[in-house]
Amino acid sequence: MKKKRRTMLYIPGNNPAMLQQGAVYGADSILLDLEDAVALNQKDAARILVKNMLKYIKFCDAEVCVRVNHTDTPFGKEDLEVIVPLQPDAIRFPKTETVEELDKLLKTIAEIEKKHGITNSKMTIHAMIETALGVQNVFDIAKYSKRVDAITIGGQDLTADMNISNSKDGSGIDLARKMIVMAAKANSIDAIDTVFVDVNDEEGLRKETEYARKIGFAGKAVINPRQIDIIHEVFTPTENEIRKAYKIVKEAKKKKEEGIGVFAIDGKMVDAPVIARAQHILNLADIEI
Amino acid sequence: MNLLKSSQAGTLESSDIMILIEPVEENSGRKIEVSSSVMLHYGDNIKQLINKVLDSFDIKDIHLIANDKGALEPTILARCETAILRALNQQKGTLL
Repeated sequence: MKKKRRTMLYIPGNNPAMLQQGAVYGADSILLDLEDAVALNQKDAARILVKNMLKYIKFCDAEVCVRVNHTDTPFGKEDLEVIVPLQPDAIRFPKTETVEELDKLLKTIAEIEKKHGITNSKMTIHAMIETALGVQNVFDIAKYSKRVDAITIGGQDLTADMNISNSKDGSGIDLARKMIVMAAKANSIDAIDTVFVDVNDEEGLRKETEYARKIGFAGKAVINPRQIDIIHEVFTPTENEIRKAYKIVKEAKKKKEEGIGVFAIDGKMVDAPVIARAQHILNLADIEI
Repeated sequence: MNLLKSSQAGTLESSDIMILIEPVEENSGRKIEVSSSVMLHYGDNIKQLINKVLDSFDIKDIHLIANDKGALEPTILARCETAILRALNQQKGTLL
């Protein structure tokens, strides 16, 4: 069953207390951040700390992702040199704008892996879209390499790049959200929504997460562990949804054996897309039939 | 290996350790001072970890002060490594 990415918890890379506790909050993924959460004169300290944490700490079942600095900064190449040999589950590449820079990243990673004798790497790339140019190119970025298995949107930087205010209704980045989802869906990879910055506004978080789920995001980035439960609740199907989905998938399996592809349940037509949606709901609920 | 300058790494926040390093004259040996909120139970262990990092850099002469706030092994090793690289002027990919 595909691993869930309902929540991705950002953890500042230079904070030992948060790094060592990162996995206990139950987020599906944790993001060890070497980029925006680290002061420019502490990049070396954070990189070495994250390196040691990756070696010594077990992050339970969480997907472990490291957000490196962009390769155009003075920090990105060294981040990759130190982190790639440790093969976290994923590298998150910020401010991805073109396939050319993605290609440069992939080649750099491949060189480092070769140098360290790493073959058949399973480490994936999360391309983070944070500029208007990145949004424009997101379809090319999403399909460029099989290593890219998630596209994420960085709402803060994107609104700054667009020179608009980051309103709570998200209207300014709505098109970007939808384009990113479409690009991800077209390539069967995950789209992950941006953070909700007001940690005290739980209703606002719920509302935004419900919208993100509705338009197709697989999960949402998290800046505070308090946000995890609400997001998991939203991305977990209700009992009623699960019951319906269970009925559909069970009946579909039976009908398949009989050679029937389209049938009706409670007077409603069930065909392949309905079965696929029902299967997705069961996956979210960790139910296998 | 000889240290070139004084340096510092880490913070005084909980679960961290602050390492201060200063170069000393050749052949004067290692002077390591550790203070810790868990000195009684882990003081020797902290010194052992610091010495392990100093060995890996082949540093024989140093004055090192460690102020520990309950750091775990990976943090102690990381902060020592950072402070040493800074003292050797070998830190990479960071602003000074």
